[in-house]
Amino acid sequence: MKELWELFYTFAIIGVSTFGGGAAMLPILQREIVEKRGWATQDELTDYYAIGQCTPGIIAVNTATFIGHKRKGVAGGIVSTFGMVFPSLVIITVIAAFLRGFADSETVKNAFAGIRACVCILILNAVVKLWKSAVVDKPGIVIFTLAFIISVFTDISVIFVVLAAGLAGYVIKRMKGGAKK
Amino acid sequence: MILLRLFYEFFKVGLFAIGGGMATIPFLYDLAGRVSWFTASELTDMIAVSESTPGPIGINMATYCGFTVAGIPGAIIATVGLVTPSVIIIIVIAKLLAKFRNSAVDSVFYGLRPASVGLIAAAGVEVMKVSLLDLTNGLDDFWAIFNWKPIILAVFIFAAMKLLEKHKLHPLVYIAFSAVIGVIFKFAS
Repeated sequence: MKELWELFYTFAIIGVSTFGGGAAMLPILQREIVEKRGWATQDELTDYYAIGQCTPGIIAVNTATFIGHKRKGVAGGIVSTFGMVFPSLVIITVIAAFLRGFADSETVKNAFAGIRACVCILILNAVVKLWKSAVVDKPGIVIFTLAFIISVFTDISVIFVVLAAGLAGYVIKRMKGGAKK
Repeated sequence: MILLRLFYEFFKVGLFAIGGGMATIPFLYDLAGRVSWFTASELTDMIAVSESTPGPIGINMATYCGFTVAGIPGAIIATVGLVTPSVIIIIVIAKLLAKFRNSAVDSVFYGLRPASVGLIAAAGVEVMKVSLLDLTNGLDDFWAIFNWKPIILAVFIFAAMKLLEKHKLHPLVYIAFSAVIGVIFKFAS
C-alpha cells in the first residue's frame, strides 16, 4: 500500500511539473524516476518512449503505466496513471469553472512564453542524456540521424519509423552475431 | 446517458490517437463537428488553456472537454475514458515483454533506442520552432523570424545549467525562474 501511495504522488509531481507534451515530460521523468528513485534506467525510459510513440494514447500515460506496472503490477500501472492525471483534473476543473479568461491573461501568456523557452533547453539536456546511453555505436548514429531527419522534414508516420528501426536493429545484431561465428 | 457517451467518445480518441497529446487534436475537432457538445472555437480556447497549464496536454484537453459537457463528473469520465485504452494496451505489452524477453527482442530494442531518441529530439525541434521562432510573418524579413527575448533566455538557461551542473537543481527551479523572467520582460508581446 505504501508503495502504491509513493507511485501515486511521484506521478502527481511529474504531472504537475510537465509543461507541454510527452517530450517536455522527459526531463522531469529522468530526474524523479531515473536519478532520484532508480525505478528505471535511461535505456528503459528510451524503450518506453519508443513503445509509447507507436501505441495508442498519450505518451505520458503510456510511460506512467509502464513504470507503475514494473514496480507493482497491474495495480501499480493504474495508480501511476491516476497520479499522472490527478493534477490536471484539479487544475483544469478550477480554471474551467472559475477562470474562463485564464489563457487570455497577459501575465499567463508572458509566463508561458518564458516557460516554453526554458522547456526547449530542458528537452535538449534530456535528449543529450538519452543519447549518451542509447546511441552507442555507428549503426546507432545512423538510425538516430535517419529517425530525426524523417520526423522533422517528412510526413512519414512515426509508427513506420519505429518499426523500421526495430527491424534494422534485429538485422544488424543478426549480422554481427553471424560474423562472430 | 451523457456520461456513458462521453466515456465512449474519449475511449475512442484514446484508442485511435497514436503519438501523444497533440495527436488527439484532430479527433477532438471531429468530435466538435459530430456531437454538439462544444464548438470548434470553444475547442481552440480549450487547447490554449491546456497548453498554458501544467500537466500533459492530452489529459488537460480531455478534462476540459469533459467539464464543459458535464461538469466535474464529466471531467473525470472523459479523462478516464481517454487513458483506459493506453493502460490496458501497455499492461499487455509490459506482460508480454517480461515473458518473452530474449535476444531477438533485445536486438529489436537495440535498433529502437537510437530511433526513439531521434524522434524525441525531433519533438524538441518542434517545441523550439514554436517557442523561439516567429514564422507567422513569412520568411521575407530574416531577422524578424527570431523571437529574441526567449532565445536570450534559452541561452542563459543553457549556460546556467552547465555552470550549476554539480548542484543538480530540479527542472522546476529553471521553469519557475523562466516564468518570472517572462512576466517581467513581457515575453508574449
